[in-house]
Amino acid sequence: MISNIKILYHQGKQFIPDVTTVEVPGIFRGRPIISVNKIDENLLRELCPTEAIATNPVSIDLGKCTFCGACAAKFPDKISFTKEYKLSVNKREDLIIYEGVDKPLVLDENRIRKEIRSMFGGSLKLRQISAAGDNSCEWELNAAGNVNFDMGRFGIEFVASPRHADGIVITGPISENMAEPTQICYDATPDPKIIILAGTDAISGGIFSGAPALNRSFLDKYPIDLYIAGNPVHPLAFINGVLALIRKKKK
Amino acid sequence: MNYITLFNQQTVPVASIPEINYFEFLELNTGFIRGHKERHCVNYFGCIENEKVKLYCCIADDLTHEIFVSSSIVKTSSIYASFTSRCLCFEKFEREIHENFGIKYNDHPWLKPVRYAHNRSDKNKTIANYPFYSIDSEELHEVGVGPIHAGIIEPGHFRFLCNGEQILHLEIQLGFQHRGIESLFLEKKKINQRATLAENIAGDTVIGHTSAFSYLWESLCGFNTTNDIAFARTLALEIERIAIHTGDLSAVCTDIAYQLGSSVFGRLRTPVINFFQEWCGNRLSKSLVRPGCNLFPFTPTLAIRLTDILNAFEPDFTEMVTELFKLPSALSRFERTGVVSQEDVLSLGTVGPSARMNALNRDIRLSHPFGLWKNIKHDPIIKHHGDVYSRVQIRKEEVIQSIQYIRTLIENIPECTTYENVLEKPKPDSFVISLIEGWRGEICHCAITDSLGELKMYKIKDPSFHNWLALALAVRNNEISDFPICNKSFNLSYCGHDL
Repeated sequence: MISNIKILYHQGKQFIPDVTTVEVPGIFRGRPIISVNKIDENLLRELCPTEAIATNPVSIDLGKCTFCGACAAKFPDKISFTKEYKLSVNKREDLIIYEGVDKPLVLDENRIRKEIRSMFGGSLKLRQISAAGDNSCEWELNAAGNVNFDMGRFGIEFVASPRHADGIVITGPISENMAEPTQICYDATPDPKIIILAGTDAISGGIFSGAPALNRSFLDKYPIDLYIAGNPVHPLAFINGVLALIRKKKK
Repeated sequence: MNYITLFNQQTVPVASIPEINYFEFLELNTGFIRGHKERHCVNYFGCIENEKVKLYCCIADDLTHEIFVSSSIVKTSSIYASFTSRCLCFEKFEREIHENFGIKYNDHPWLKPVRYAHNRSDKNKTIANYPFYSIDSEELHEVGVGPIHAGIIEPGHFRFLCNGEQILHLEIQLGFQHRGIESLFLEKKKINQRATLAENIAGDTVIGHTSAFSYLWESLCGFNTTNDIAFARTLALEIERIAIHTGDLSAVCTDIAYQLGSSVFGRLRTPVINFFQEWCGNRLSKSLVRPGCNLFPFTPTLAIRLTDILNAFEPDFTEMVTELFKLPSALSRFERTGVVSQEDVLSLGTVGPSARMNALNRDIRLSHPFGLWKNIKHDPIIKHHGDVYSRVQIRKEEVIQSIQYIRTLIENIPECTTYENVLEKPKPDSFVISLIEGWRGEICHCAITDSLGELKMYKIKDPSFHNWLALALAVRNNEISDFPICNKSFNLSYCGHDL
């Protein structure tokens, strides 16, 4: 018992006091900025593994981007990734970043259903579905609940059953073999419920986009409440995204 | 000779692999394995050739560092004798060949679907009607778990046959994660696309799989991996091992309801993966490894950071594991739980920690060295009980061992010489096999090119492919409440298996 208390004491303070403003260490690749410099646009487009880059005007679709940084490494004057981890939107098109535009990603307040804020603002229980996710987003969602990120302090938690949940979080590109279980899980969640897509694979299929082993028809049936970009999603991106959805900004 | 002898990551003309008749092929490969505990099958797969199927079998010898490769042509309409009835370790490979090409075996004991691949031969078989083994008895009951599990983990279905609280039999049904990665490797032509695919095989083993792919690709293109590239991969592989093993220790503590261990190991993992972010901009080390180039050179500044992180990590880690391993309530859950006997470990041909947990010295870093392991004397950590305790001990000791390797490695940081990709086109009509010891064990990638140097076949084998059956055997005669801890002590990959 005493040794356990000693260990507890040795940990010091581990939690991040303010997860909305903390700076991430190192060279995190968050929201990119595209300058208006002229470069060989075809070469730029060729560099991207997932066709996230479009030209005329140059843009990056963060729903397709794997954040590999190959474009920024080749054309540092054209593309640079900031350390900004607020990468969530509730309108799919808002994930596309255009050249010459440098503004933070925000949710469209008008699209947030009223019941989300009134019912889930203080407590949101989520059921995670790994639909052919590669276990990187899953690790990061687990990390969001650990003692460092401590998502539980906002009342946001993952629960064991869809019947206890207020919504589902999908990771992975949704394989044919997971299409039915995903539907069953969604149906088992009581109304009102939300759908969150976490990570590039879930949002667009990522590198698997268009692959014959996928079945993404589930996503055509229901409105998506939140898109969180990342490969995998950073725990801070996830927490900030969900907070933006369920809580009104303090003025 | 009716087979060819290769070394790890060596490219040879595909025509140099002898093609022998099926009976000789069966005798040869099962003969390699039987009575030789130093040998096991690293890959056995089929490739369509002129409407027939050409089978390639690769057997690794841990003592001589060699890999024996042979091949045989079979027809999908004929019925063959199975390897499995002679050596159990071929069990899943033959099921996969049966599923993909429809080749029939007359004496395979368990010819069930492996992963319901999108390009399987029989589309009438679907994942919803898997033929589970069942026993008709009033005393027994079945428990079905999954595919979606209670935690934030990947999907798979577990079907238990129980006598009261005791598990008689567990059948594990996989395939939910199938994304068709192997065929995407042929379709996506850009090197960055293929590297991205390799990172997505199993997102918890990014360095392991991208290294296997990159070494393979460099060998195919005739590029001699430079010292700085090999250094970065070797170092990153050990950091990945530390991070995941620490995370697994946290999960094991969660499963025995030891909150302190769960939290402490969980937070200890954070600075280790945050180091990957400082190095390459991604906590799971995606984008760090690419064939033929060193996009993120390891600098002396990073070495200082890494040393600081390890200096802070090691005492806290040691304090926590020391406490864990003398806690009676933890030990009573670990000891003699989920035992896999030495006979089973040998006959299943398990790899990585799942082999080393019961006296089987199998570690690619030692047996088929790659990268800098050619010059490092590696002493694998071997345990002897095959239970949860042995597997958790391996986790603990490998973390300490990897820290020591890293400390030695970063004393001599090679200068970066290769920022840019300078690879030529892959050699035509070639065969190459690439083995890596990831944290879960042996990763094997094989490639065959056609006459134009395009990929004709890309075959991936995650260590979990061998090890899932070991988990099913481990839980027999255990209480069903011990299943989570057995499962976590293996921590096998679903997506690495399902591809």
